[in-house]
Amino acid sequence: MSSTPTAKQKPSATDQATAELTEDINNAVIRLAGNSQDGIQTIGGLLAKLAGRSAQEVMTYMTIPSTISGGASIFQVRIGSGEVLSPGDDADFLVAFYQDSYENHINTLREGGVCLYDTDHVEPDLTDSRVTFVGVPMTSTTIEAIGGSARDRGKNIFVLGLLTNLFELQREKLVHIIETQFKNKHESVLRNAMLAFDAGYAYQLGDIFNRSYEFQPGEAEVDGRITTDGNTALTYGLLAAGARYGAGYPITPWSSIMEQLRAELPKYGGIFVQSEDELAAVSTAIGFAYSGHLAVTGSSGPGLSLKMEAMGYASMAELPLIVINVQRGGPSTGLPTSVEQSDLMQAIYGSHGDTPRVVIAPKDVEDCYYIAIEAGRIAREFSTPVVILTDQSLSSRIEAFPEPDVSAVITPKLNLEPRDEDFKPYPFDAETKHAPPGTKMTGGKYPVVTGLEHDEWGHPSSSPEIHQKMTDRRREKHKRMAAALPLPDIHGDNEGEVLLIGWGSTWGPIREAVNVARDNGHAVSAIHLRHIHPMPGGIDEIMNAFKRVLVIEMNDEGMYGYGQLATLLRARYADSKIQSLTKCDGLNFKIREIIAGIENSA
Amino acid sequence: MSTAAPAEPEKLTKKSLLSDHPTWCPACGDFAVLAAFFKVLEKLQVPHEKICTLAGIGCASRFPYFVNSHGLHFIHGRVLPLAMGVSLSRPDLHVFAFGGDGDGFSIGGNHLEHCARKNPNLTYIIMDNFVYGLTKKQTSPTSPVGFRSKTDPGGAMDRPVNPMKKLVSSGASFIARTHAAQVKHMMEMFERAIKHPGFSVVEVLSECVIFYKGAFDDGNPRKGGEFELIEEKAWDNTPEDDERHDVTSEPDAYAIADIQYPGKFGVFYQNERPSKNTLEQQLIDTSQEKTAGADARELLQKRFALMK
Repeated sequence: MSSTPTAKQKPSATDQATAELTEDINNAVIRLAGNSQDGIQTIGGLLAKLAGRSAQEVMTYMTIPSTISGGASIFQVRIGSGEVLSPGDDADFLVAFYQDSYENHINTLREGGVCLYDTDHVEPDLTDSRVTFVGVPMTSTTIEAIGGSARDRGKNIFVLGLLTNLFELQREKLVHIIETQFKNKHESVLRNAMLAFDAGYAYQLGDIFNRSYEFQPGEAEVDGRITTDGNTALTYGLLAAGARYGAGYPITPWSSIMEQLRAELPKYGGIFVQSEDELAAVSTAIGFAYSGHLAVTGSSGPGLSLKMEAMGYASMAELPLIVINVQRGGPSTGLPTSVEQSDLMQAIYGSHGDTPRVVIAPKDVEDCYYIAIEAGRIAREFSTPVVILTDQSLSSRIEAFPEPDVSAVITPKLNLEPRDEDFKPYPFDAETKHAPPGTKMTGGKYPVVTGLEHDEWGHPSSSPEIHQKMTDRRREKHKRMAAALPLPDIHGDNEGEVLLIGWGSTWGPIREAVNVARDNGHAVSAIHLRHIHPMPGGIDEIMNAFKRVLVIEMNDEGMYGYGQLATLLRARYADSKIQSLTKCDGLNFKIREIIAGIENSA
Repeated sequence: MSTAAPAEPEKLTKKSLLSDHPTWCPACGDFAVLAAFFKVLEKLQVPHEKICTLAGIGCASRFPYFVNSHGLHFIHGRVLPLAMGVSLSRPDLHVFAFGGDGDGFSIGGNHLEHCARKNPNLTYIIMDNFVYGLTKKQTSPTSPVGFRSKTDPGGAMDRPVNPMKKLVSSGASFIARTHAAQVKHMMEMFERAIKHPGFSVVEVLSECVIFYKGAFDDGNPRKGGEFELIEEKAWDNTPEDDERHDVTSEPDAYAIADIQYPGKFGVFYQNERPSKNTLEQQLIDTSQEKTAGADARELLQKRFALMK
């Protein structure tokens, strides 16, 4: 938490003697630690929504256990009046629901932080002078407030009331958000929620903790901001991109995209099929693509491995297909609910044979929407599979951002115009254009799409000359695509000591680390690769203006000491100043880890 | 819309449907399947551009190359989920999937089961030759116990699948069995399959003359066998009718499927239930009714308003 040095006195209505301190803050990290059934995601979500409506920047971070029900769960909300780029290295406030939540998370609290704990469940070590302890009988007060049912459901909302008072949040707005959230439930649910909320709001922390915090006014535009998570943003991006047909199989953390597509697509006249397995899902999507539509399938790590053979077919037959990989910790079943970026090489090179395809990655929740539109553009224009590499952290974290632009929404059209005699789906001198089934072929000859090597007309051919020419053709169209890409923006100066390069969800932490390093007088800049494969040209020129290059990614350094993107960049530019900072702990990069990496790369 | 009278569509003929000369071995049973397919299309006069032939991998799966129609030659075992995508998103097409026993019952076995239960509107023709032919004589999922192949030189030991029973249990809504040496019967089965709304499957015993010669002689009168037809109920209230087969009865279908090889030929099971195409369209209709036909932009803006 960063606060202004001048704390101001606020007269208390009840007791002038114990004057309450109100501190102006511009940034706070609140970590809620409990069990997954306690509804701590609900508090976090409501706080994020409030921040989104109050011109504050917000970012959340959540861990959910991969067990079926229950298990330790945390939700971290970072609210700031300025730009918020990461969920925060350390918490300013810890809300501990249970003894184990206290024990496991007390070390994530910064020195001088505040630990709010439930006295009904937690016995903290009060001799720990690093932090301020504030005990509140959360469970019993909630039961008392709701009345007699001895059920502690609702203590999450009690805590929300407590925080609302503590942070002087806009109570009216929050109550409205709660009412909207519960409006489709039984009226007793909302009544109990409000009883719990009011009890929390009215709870006097008294002498123990006679202060409250007030956020400085936010800088963001309030009007038209939305608050949502990455998987939801990606779903609506696909709809805006004109994808109307898709197929998938459930797997964490991809599932919520397919659930939302299944619910939304029929409204758009489309269909989403829940397939029997990953192989069927990608095959059905290829059936949609062959039929003349922009098709989508997706999965997470293990599911992508299963789709690879068919994805190779889509490269060979040159069909427009969006494949989403919500990456999680690997290999094998790995860490299903943790973040990792270890599927990059698979996304690029997975499948047998030379299978050129496009790999792009969103940088934050907002970009999940626009990356889907970009995937649709490339898939259509170049008739090729496009992999979107998002990750577990983006999938579930909530951010507030301006309402997405719907001016570019695409209404798909099926092109069944008759094709004349000299129709060639795979011409050597032009882009691939298929004639979907249902197209009249005026020459009387109908095309067969195949995974066998084929000539310009699509006829199978094993001629050495054709295989070479067609391999060239499939490669070159991707290079043409890359040649039209803009150079990545440089965050920081165009020259200096260290250039950081990242991709995907590390964008925020890298940007924040650059800001911190520059504030401390270091000549550090960063670029972010949104198009990873093929990558735009000219990165070498950017690198030339820096003494060192550090590629930051959440994967392993491998046998040869370099992460996956670092390996690609070294292969492409053969530049020995390209260094690698990797980690594999299933967590997002902390700012201090990046700063330490910059220092160690010297 | 143009007011000009539409041009008279060209008549669909066997000649216009002929494509490359099939690369199958001389005397392969699949030639007869292709010929019967042409004749049925010719009879039904399906619009040429609406025919869509799809296949996986195997000898039989070369089929799309030999039909002059829109077609796709896919990967091994996955033709049914592919065909489902084509059928669901393009109800204007006549979708045909082709394959052999390896493609359909082994590597694609799980898809057959789920395609049957989902019941998309398409016709699947399986040319079953009881052997892997393209890879030159390995045991297939329908090879009988004792069949000597390169993977079972001492004779196959694993019990073969019973495709008819598998299809009945999976919920396929049209299931028939025929023999490549019986062209008229084959045509009748194809025609009924094509006219059936939903997922229709025809298993054709189609001899591989190179790797399993004589496999289906027992079902071929010209080779001394017997081609015994299923007698379907005429629902004419005669005492004979009691003995005939009720195609809507699953137990009756199982009973016929249990008859010792070469068994009976004809329609084992046929029952109309809503196809996946129909159900998905209903979902679209009710969803769009609720949103009062809002377009994509309006739908998105409505959603975003809820996220504010």
